[in-house]
Amino acid sequence: MNTYYGKSVFGGIAIGRISVYKKGEQQVKRVKIMDADAEMKRYQAAKMVAMEQLQGLYDKALKEVGEANAAIFEVHQMMLDDDDYNDSIENIVRSQEVNVEYAVATTGDNFAQMFAAMDDDYMRERAADVKDISERLLNVLDGKAGAAADTSEPAIIVADDLAPSETVQLDKDMVLSFVTVHGSLNSHTAILARTMAIPALIGTSLSLDEDIDGKLGIVDGGKGVFYVDPDEETLADMKKRQMEEQEKKELLQTLKGKENVTLDGQKVMLYANIGNIKDLATVLKNDAGGIGLFRSEFIYLEKDHYPTEEEQFQIYKQVAETMAGKRVIIRTLDIGADKQCDYFELEHEENPALGYRAIRICLTRPEVFRTQLRALFRASVFGKIAIMYPMITSMKEIKRIQEVVSSVKEELTEQGIAFGEPEQGIMIETPAAALMSDELAKEVDFFSIGTNDLTQYTLAIDRQNTKLDEFYDPHHPAILRMISMVVENAHKAGIWAGICGELGADMSLTREFLAMGVDELSVSPGSVLPIRKIVLETNVEEYKAGK
Amino acid sequence: MKEFKYVITDPEGIHARPAGMLVKAVKEFACDIKIAKGGKAMNCKAIFGVMGLAAKKGDEVTLTFDGADEDAAYEAISKFMQENL
Repeated sequence: MNTYYGKSVFGGIAIGRISVYKKGEQQVKRVKIMDADAEMKRYQAAKMVAMEQLQGLYDKALKEVGEANAAIFEVHQMMLDDDDYNDSIENIVRSQEVNVEYAVATTGDNFAQMFAAMDDDYMRERAADVKDISERLLNVLDGKAGAAADTSEPAIIVADDLAPSETVQLDKDMVLSFVTVHGSLNSHTAILARTMAIPALIGTSLSLDEDIDGKLGIVDGGKGVFYVDPDEETLADMKKRQMEEQEKKELLQTLKGKENVTLDGQKVMLYANIGNIKDLATVLKNDAGGIGLFRSEFIYLEKDHYPTEEEQFQIYKQVAETMAGKRVIIRTLDIGADKQCDYFELEHEENPALGYRAIRICLTRPEVFRTQLRALFRASVFGKIAIMYPMITSMKEIKRIQEVVSSVKEELTEQGIAFGEPEQGIMIETPAAALMSDELAKEVDFFSIGTNDLTQYTLAIDRQNTKLDEFYDPHHPAILRMISMVVENAHKAGIWAGICGELGADMSLTREFLAMGVDELSVSPGSVLPIRKIVLETNVEEYKAGK
Repeated sequence: MKEFKYVITDPEGIHARPAGMLVKAVKEFACDIKIAKGGKAMNCKAIFGVMGLAAKKGDEVTLTFDGADEDAAYEAISKFMQENL
């Protein structure tokens, strides 16, 4: 049994097979080396690992799909063991005095070209096999095990870190838990884990060189421990705890259908955050009163082209209809910074968090913004949609948005296309917006405080930098004061204010938020019922008096 | 040295899987075994060489065996070719 420690993102216990997530195509650098023998030793070691992986795949395929289909893995093994292939690699390493990664990549390309040049369709296809084995070797050399996450059975996904575009590709039903080596508490892997309400660890003291792929693992999300190859005693202990947690969960289920009202009669709306229509089931299962944050950028991240008006319309319509009259707050496109989308062709920035992102992209690329707005206004006919604009810093931006909105509505009217009148609100996630909230409140229907960015910008701490986690204090009095101020200004103008950042789900602050008069908390679906429990047990007046 | 000529009858030719089977069979023997098509001779123990010939149905290939166990290899491989290719 090996034990590793990481930072907890979400509690709970997961027991299952480990699947090491492989990144896409390798970037290989040509590096001069001094010791060709040592380099070749690395190659031999990697080759052995790759051989074993192929044997594993062969055995699995043999059982599942029969010998005829399994044979390809045997062929791959032979290719890997081919003298010409191996000689070519050794030759490049020794004659050019370069790293083996470069030699493997070059040899793979050369052999693939040989096949690609053949006048036989079938043989041309074999270029892919050559590339496949070379990729496999490069992955092993790079310390990544095996093929991409094997999602044929639910598994514990272990990765260096997962980019948003990678997490969206995962089959969520097949993920028991995430364990990453890097990633911060606010990285997208972490957010995804909270949305899915599955145990997850980040910053785990684990080297992906270790061959853990396929082994049994246990993630103790609460304590931040990851066991690989657990011994009997640990396994039995964890199974027992998993059962107990399950019972606790079931107890929370008894809170379903209850109103979110404190002992002294203060009501609060408990909504859920989602990033994908696939999350709708968990929203309903956890009895959320609505959707407080639908991250529409995931529609864009999942595609390799700009999603069309029709594609978006269908998604928004489906969400609105599924929620059947409950409020669905859809945030307009929030990409840039850590959320990148190739086809937007955004330039590299030195300081992307402060850069070209969110509403700034929408306002300067009106064709993108208009397409989304048309889809949103049209979908509003089918349910209670509310539109939320991210990254607002000034009244000027709101005025510009209003201009685009009225022009879009005019256009729809002219074309005779039906549209609804959704509520329109803004995210308060910049200190500028918080400070100007008294003015901004007069122009919009609601506020939703995005605490992740608000904290990052207020404390001037990059939330992607794990080294800064110890300085990143979301309970900083400056943040709490701002939230309180924003809520107060909203109420003065007669609008409501909610919180949709991670802080909203921080149960140590739920009473404090109730005391501030926060109208809505939008949290990951799994946090709705635990927070409802706190609300039901709180007496706000007593809490205020006791402070 | 022994030599054996064979015309491929398998409709797929010596594609990846049959090539793999051939290489596997050939590797059982210590002697040097080459496979040639149209004057191009390849090491029969190397799958890239065998596949590189792109031998199709109707193509004639020549196998040569050279070494201590060449007789046994000749026997076994010619049988293998007839049965599988």
